[in-house]
Amino acid sequence: MIYRMTAALLSLTGLFISAYLYLYKLGKIGSLACGTGGCETVQLSPWSRVAGVDVALIGVLGYAGLLFWSLAALQPGLAGQRWPAALLAGLAGIGVLFTGYLTYLELFIIHAICRWCVASGFVVLGIFAVALLDLRRLSPARSV
Amino acid sequence: MAATQAGMKRFYTLFAVIAVAGLGVLVYLLTRPATVSIPANVTVQASDTSGFKGYVKGSSTAPVEITEYADYQCPFCQTFATLQMPTIEERLINTGRLRWRYRDFPLSQHSFARVAAHSAACADEQGKYWDQHRRIYEGQSEWASSRNAAPIFRTYARAAGVDLGRYDACMQAGKYAGRIQADQNSGLAAGVSSTPTLMANGRLYQGRFDSDAITKLVDSLARHSTR
Repeated sequence: MIYRMTAALLSLTGLFISAYLYLYKLGKIGSLACGTGGCETVQLSPWSRVAGVDVALIGVLGYAGLLFWSLAALQPGLAGQRWPAALLAGLAGIGVLFTGYLTYLELFIIHAICRWCVASGFVVLGIFAVALLDLRRLSPARSV
Repeated sequence: MAATQAGMKRFYTLFAVIAVAGLGVLVYLLTRPATVSIPANVTVQASDTSGFKGYVKGSSTAPVEITEYADYQCPFCQTFATLQMPTIEERLINTGRLRWRYRDFPLSQHSFARVAAHSAACADEQGKYWDQHRRIYEGQSEWASSRNAAPIFRTYARAAGVDLGRYDACMQAGKYAGRIQADQNSGLAAGVSSTPTLMANGRLYQGRFDSDAITKLVDSLARHSTR
């Protein structure tokens, strides 16, 4: 249970980070708290949209999905089952791959680092890690 | 089972704390006055000034006019505005002997000078220029050392009785950026290189910056103008 609880708390944190970046993109909160100024460079670059959708909005929806699922996986009916953990790991894995792609863009294309994006990257990596640990805990070999 | 229930209770408590804190931060960010940046070196359009040549105080028939080029963040301008100007106003301006023209000359090394000038310009729209002008100078030590001066100027505007909806719209639009630049350009053209710089009846003033020296200057210029 501790893994799924951790996943839920991390998802909530990631949701707030993404919401912060998305509100900035919408022009609702003025400037970003970002010492290097790289956040604004990244957020205002052409790569801040994927297929016409803001990356920050994708983050909001992704973390909302992870939050919903990690909370659902805590419910008594699903708590001891393996497949919710597999689904959580799968969703977080997609997030890790997407974050890897965005980090590549920041380092090699945009040449600016957004600290909030880095924080989000650690968060999604954390969710992926605890989902894998949960999967390992519930693996058939261990259950025997 | 009891241990599991206790663990869930702790989890939901922590979850609620993070949720409330996160929502609180987002609500604060959404409701705080937005950061304002007034661009420098903008191209001045004719419509930016529409004949505007500074903020004027005093009688239009006064024999002497002094133009002050100043920067709200300049400490010397602050001292002059708060210590000398009240006497100059009482002794010379209110008695019809002197007309005072204030023009903006924001120095590039003063990061909030242009925002301050713009704040006063937005207050001017609502007839509160001199009130805001005084508050900005009096509060210089407060906002000059802050990380973001715009919200402080907004509190001055509120205290001055400015309609904040119109004020915010004016600040966000940077409506008077061109007019401030026009002031600065006119100062540069006249040879202004530091602040405050005074021009008495169109000529650069090289004397002392105190009310007694200004009074002597005004008396002298007034005698010459009546001859």
